[in-house]
Parts: sequence; C-alpha cells; structure tokens
Amino acid sequence: MICVVHAHPYPSRSRTNRALADALRALPGVDFRSLYDLYPDFDIDAAAEQKALEQARLVVWMHPVLWYSVPALLKHWIDKVLAYGWAYGEGGHALSGKHCLWVPTAGGDERDFAPAGIHGHPFADYAPTVEQTARFCGMRWEPPYVVYDAMNIDDAALAGHVAALTDRLASWSRQQATEPMGTAP
Amino acid sequence: MMRDALVYLAAAVICVPLAKRFGLGSILGYLIAGVAIGPWGLRLVEDVESIQHFSEFGVVLMLFVIGLELEAQRLWAMRGAVFGGGTFQLVLSGAALAAGGVALGMSAEAAIVAGLALGLSSTAIAMQTMAERNLVPTPMGRSAFAVLLFQDIAAIPLLAAIPLLAAHAWTDGSPPWQQAGKVVGAVIAVLVIGRYLTRPVLRIVAGSNIREVFTAFSLLLVIGIAQLMTLAGISMALGAFLAGVLLASSEYKHALETDIEPFKGLLLGLFFISVGMGVDFGLLVRAPGTIAVIVAGLLSFKLVTLWIVATVMGVGSKQRWLFAALLAQGGEFAFVVFNVAETAGVLTAQRAGELTIAVALSMAATPLMLLLHDKLAAWRAGSSRRPDDEIRESGNPVIIAGFGRYGQIVARMLFANGMRAIVLDHDTEQVELLRKFGYKVFYGDATRLDLLRAAGAGEACLLVNAIDDIADSIALTDRVREHFPKLPIIARARNVSHYVELRSRGVEIVERETFESALRTGRHVLESLGVDRFRAREIADAFRRHNLMTLDALVPHFRDEAKVLSEAKAGREELREFFARDRAQFETEQRKGWKAGS
Repeated sequence: MICVVHAHPYPSRSRTNRALADALRALPGVDFRSLYDLYPDFDIDAAAEQKALEQARLVVWMHPVLWYSVPALLKHWIDKVLAYGWAYGEGGHALSGKHCLWVPTAGGDERDFAPAGIHGHPFADYAPTVEQTARFCGMRWEPPYVVYDAMNIDDAALAGHVAALTDRLASWSRQQATEPMGTAP
Repeated sequence: MMRDALVYLAAAVICVPLAKRFGLGSILGYLIAGVAIGPWGLRLVEDVESIQHFSEFGVVLMLFVIGLELEAQRLWAMRGAVFGGGTFQLVLSGAALAAGGVALGMSAEAAIVAGLALGLSSTAIAMQTMAERNLVPTPMGRSAFAVLLFQDIAAIPLLAAIPLLAAHAWTDGSPPWQQAGKVVGAVIAVLVIGRYLTRPVLRIVAGSNIREVFTAFSLLLVIGIAQLMTLAGISMALGAFLAGVLLASSEYKHALETDIEPFKGLLLGLFFISVGMGVDFGLLVRAPGTIAVIVAGLLSFKLVTLWIVATVMGVGSKQRWLFAALLAQGGEFAFVVFNVAETAGVLTAQRAGELTIAVALSMAATPLMLLLHDKLAAWRAGSSRRPDDEIRESGNPVIIAGFGRYGQIVARMLFANGMRAIVLDHDTEQVELLRKFGYKVFYGDATRLDLLRAAGAGEACLLVNAIDDIADSIALTDRVREHFPKLPIIARARNVSHYVELRSRGVEIVERETFESALRTGRHVLESLGVDRFRAREIADAFRRHNLMTLDALVPHFRDEAKVLSEAKAGREELREFFARDRAQFETEQRKGWKAGS
C-alpha cells in the first residue's frame, strides 16, 4: 500500500501538480489524501491520518514548494500527525522501516536554483528539513523526485514526468512484492 | 401589630444606613435601633421576650440558606474541622472561661455551665459579618463556619446536661430512651422530606408558574421542619440546616435561596434589634464593675483561645485575629442556657442577669472589635504591598443563562473539559429532562437580580447569555451591566437588530446564532460549484470579516433608520468591490506568483 499525502491549497488551479496527482490517484494500491480537500479548516483528524500511514509501506509527500517550504497545512499535518509516542520518542515507532518519497513541484527552473540564480542555492539546500523529518521518524529516505519549472513546462515534458513518476511507484511496488518487509538494510 | 411593625421598620431604616455610613456595619445599626426603641430607650416596645422568640426564626432561615450553599459531600469533607476543631474550641474556651468563673467566686458546676455557654459564639453575628465581608468561601471562613456548626450541635446536649449538674435535679418526666427515639425519628423525617418529598412537590409548585406560591412553599418547608425539630427537642436551626444541605444539590437551590433571602434578612435584623432591646441597663447601672469584668474576661479569654484554635486549624497567620474577633462574642444560645440554669438553680438570678447582659454587650462589641482589627491590620501592613487574593473554591467561574439548543453546546464543551459552570434555565420540563441526563441545571428566571446574585454573579468571571427570547436577553444584559459592571458577557444574538442592541450595550462578544452555519452553507454551495474547498473557506472568512466590520459601524447610529439603510446599501456595494479586488489579486497570484500554479 502506498499513502500519498498531497497538499495543494487550490488543486483545481494547478497544472503540473494536478496532472501528477490525477495519475497517482488512479494507480492501484494508492491511498490518495488531498489535505486541503480533507481539512480546509485545518482541523486535521490525526487518528485517521495515522491509521492511513500505518497501512502504507511507502509514504509520498507531494506538494508545490511555497516560499522554499511545504504548504502551511502540510506543516500543520507534520506537527499534529507525527506525534510523540507514535512517530518518535518513547514507543514511537509507527513509521520506522517505512519508505518515504518526496515529490516537490517547484516554480523555478534549475537555473533559478543555483548560487547565481534568483533563489541563491541549489534546490538540494532546501531539502534537509524535510529529509530529516522523515529520518527522525525512522523512515527510509528515497531519492526525491523534484519537478522544476512546474509553471512553464510544455505538455510533452509534463507527460514525461507523469510517466516517470508512475513508473517509479509501479516498480517500487513490484520490487516490494518480491522483497518481504524488513529484509532491506 | 401594625404599630410594632411600623416601629421596627422605621428604627431599622433610620439606624442601619446611618451605622453603615459611619462604618459601624449593619449589625451594630440594628443593635442601636433595638436599644433606641426598647424598654431603656424610647419604650416603644415592651414585650421584648415574645419578639425575641419570633425573630429567632431569622437564625433558622439563615442556617437553611447556609445549608443550601453546602452540598453533602462538602459537609462530609468538613467533618474533621467540625468535630476536631469544634470540640477543641469549645473545650479550650469553655475551660478557660470556667476557670475565670471560679476566680470570680462561682461554684464549680456554675462555672462549668457558664464557661461552656459563653464559649458558644453567635452564629447570626459571625455569619452575617462574614457574608457582608464576603469571607464565607475563604479557608478562614470555612474554619469559622465549622466551629459554629459544632457549637450548634453541642448546644443541645449542653442544655440537656444542666439539670444533671443541678443540686436538686429536675426532669421533664420522659425517660431518656423515649427522648432519643424522638430525635432519631425527627432526623429521619427531615431526611425523607428533604430527599424524596420536597423535589417532586417543588416541581409541581414551580410548574404552576405562580411566583408567590413558590415563595409560600419555601417558607412552609422551613417552618414545618423547624416545628418538627421543636417537637423532638432539637435545635430548629440545626434541622433547617440539615434540610438545606439535602436540597443543596437540587435544581431549585437558587430559586429557594432567592425567595428565602429577604425574609431571612428582615428576621435576622429583627433578631439583632431584639438583642439590643434585651440589654438590661438597670442591672448595668447597679453592677457596672462586675459586668465590665465579665465582658472583658469573656472577650479576652475567648480571643486568646480562639487564636490558638485558629493556629491549630491551620488558619493563615494574617487571619487568626480576624477569626478570633469574629467568634469572640457570646452567642444567642447563651441566653437560653442562662435561663434554664437559673430555673434549675445552678445560677443565681443576679449572676444569670449579669451574664446575659455581658453576652449582649459582647455581641455589640463585635463590630467595634472588627473595626479595630481592620485599623490595626491596615496600620501593620503600612505601605507594604496588597496581600494575595484568596482563592475561592466555591466561586463559580462561568454562569450560563439559557440551556436550550444553544447554551447546551457551550455548557457541554465546558463540562467535557472539567470546567465548572452554573447553568440557569426557566423551563421546568427542560430542567427536569437535562437533570435526567446528569447535567447540573438550576431552575429560575435568569433576568432576576436576586437569582443572579445567588448564582454567584458577583464572583463569576464570565456570563454566557444564551437566552433565546430577545426581550429577556436584553433585560438580562441590562441587569448585569447595571449591577455587575465588571462581569464580562458573551452573548448569543437571534438576528442583526438583536446583535446591534447587544453591542450598543457594550457586550464584548456577540455571536449571531445563524451566521456561522449560514457561512458554512455558503461554503458548501461554492464547493458544489467547483471551487476548491480551501478557497471556499477563504471566501467565507473574508465575507465574515467584512460583514462584522459593516455591522459594527452601524452600532453607533442604529436607531437612525435612514442612516442604517444607507449604510447597509453602501456596505453591499463595498462588499462587491471588495470581492472584485480579492478575486483579481487571487488570479494574479495564481498566474504570475512564482510559487503558485505549480
């Protein structure tokens, strides 16, 4: 089971993110959770979210990059759902051993994310907080799937991203089917 | 009868406000009124004894009201203070005073009877003073009350023991087992009446919705119990107190309290007047030295022993002298004891008279001692900082008026989080139903000032006005604004004009009952039309903000209809423009913002 935690404030207004979201939602064995649709009042049901995560072996965090970070509701989700005694701390092992794949869609292209670009740093420099959040909960950090220039890419490039991401999840599922849980280092 | 009433009422109306004005307190005012109209003053009233007898009922009503304030569990929690502290006080004060009596040349029996009788304090004076100073709910006040309660219990066996001390014993003829049987029977009768009979009857009486019948029943209840106690030979006050405790957890608690309160106040005043009238100035003139010695001895011995009792009972060091001053006077029960002791031959008529006068004077000294205490305490405190406020457990933080569909949700949220709230509702059936579900709801009309006061509006930190009738809701608001200006109100408004009415009265927080749910409905409509859920929420938030702003702008001139109409029209126009701007900004952000649209 794959749990996709998707956070876009206005899903119908997005292009890239929506194309990816629609593709993932259609995959078999995917629990797709659109946070801004589930909790427009930020009234996150932590117990329901935790239950969904417990049933998954791969957790996908997918969202547009807003001011170098996750959208406010995803941050709130992290605060409420990844709770002490459940995700970390004493007795908090619910997520340990699960895999985590991060799928950020960024407005800027790779030139913008460079020391000389408007954002001043490569994208990887903005990644450690998210990566460490997963690692702190004992999750295995998969190489992130970053989509650049999400506002301007043409249809062909977008189709390529959709294919690549769905393929990545499908092959992950196949690989997991042959490899029982817990044998990987 | 009418003439007597005229005299008493006029004396009270003249003397009490004057005494208060000069900072002497109401009790001293009543005592002065009594002296003024009594046999040694203007001689307007001669039959002092019968009025004394009648006004004792004020003490009975007072103990009933005290009982109403005290639930059985809290009384049980006080058992240590009542029996431990109370016994210690009576034995210690009694022994010291008896020793003083022996020193004055009294016989051992006489000294013991006099000492124990003088060891008793005046419940009427002490409780009334504490209530005036709002000391009852403090730890010091509870300790004082425990001591007073024990004295009330101990007074009866004390009275019964006097004949045994007498040289020539007298009895009333009935064997002791019969007497004990009567007492047990009466207590059981009070338990049954208070627990099982009163509430169904109260329900029927309250359901008839005739105010004065409810008042009549309240009085009937207390008088009936007092009579029952007299038959069994127990103190009427104690029986009334017991009945009060049994009704403390009933939904009619505040309504009963409210109805009894004025009678209690008047009769208690009459009681103090009768004490003033009873002071025999003839004897005072004949033996001033002896009486002065007795009064001084009584007050000083009791002040010291009570200070020790306060220390042992854990009263805070700053309040021990206050505790002592509150309880140092002789009590009304001493009058009865001296009377009986004289009849039994334990005390001489001369001595009984001297003691009686000394007790009356010690009562009159209480307000003066308290004034002195306040002056000394203020002088000692000097310019040092104000002492910490007492934390009052019995204070009720929130009052909720109206427990219908609206108030219920507010109250349940508080209860679910372990917070205390006093809930008032005037629908008998509703109250009955909610009681079945285990909610603590009190029956009564929340717009009545006395009921509000009984519910603790003076100490509450908040009032939730959730009444659904607009006129009642506004009446309640006016009442609270006038009498409890510091009590913040959170109110429910039925509609816009109600909202404006409440806001124009300075109510801080007003929620229109349909507004939030209508906004949610609007959100659902937007969502059904394909708007993102979070966007729908943002639109509703913006609408709310704008709407409240427009509405509050209307508050200052809501009586000017033309102005309201033009403002409302302008508001509508403004709202359209506002949303046009908001949409444009949103679209720009979505299309051009570097972070969005991805």
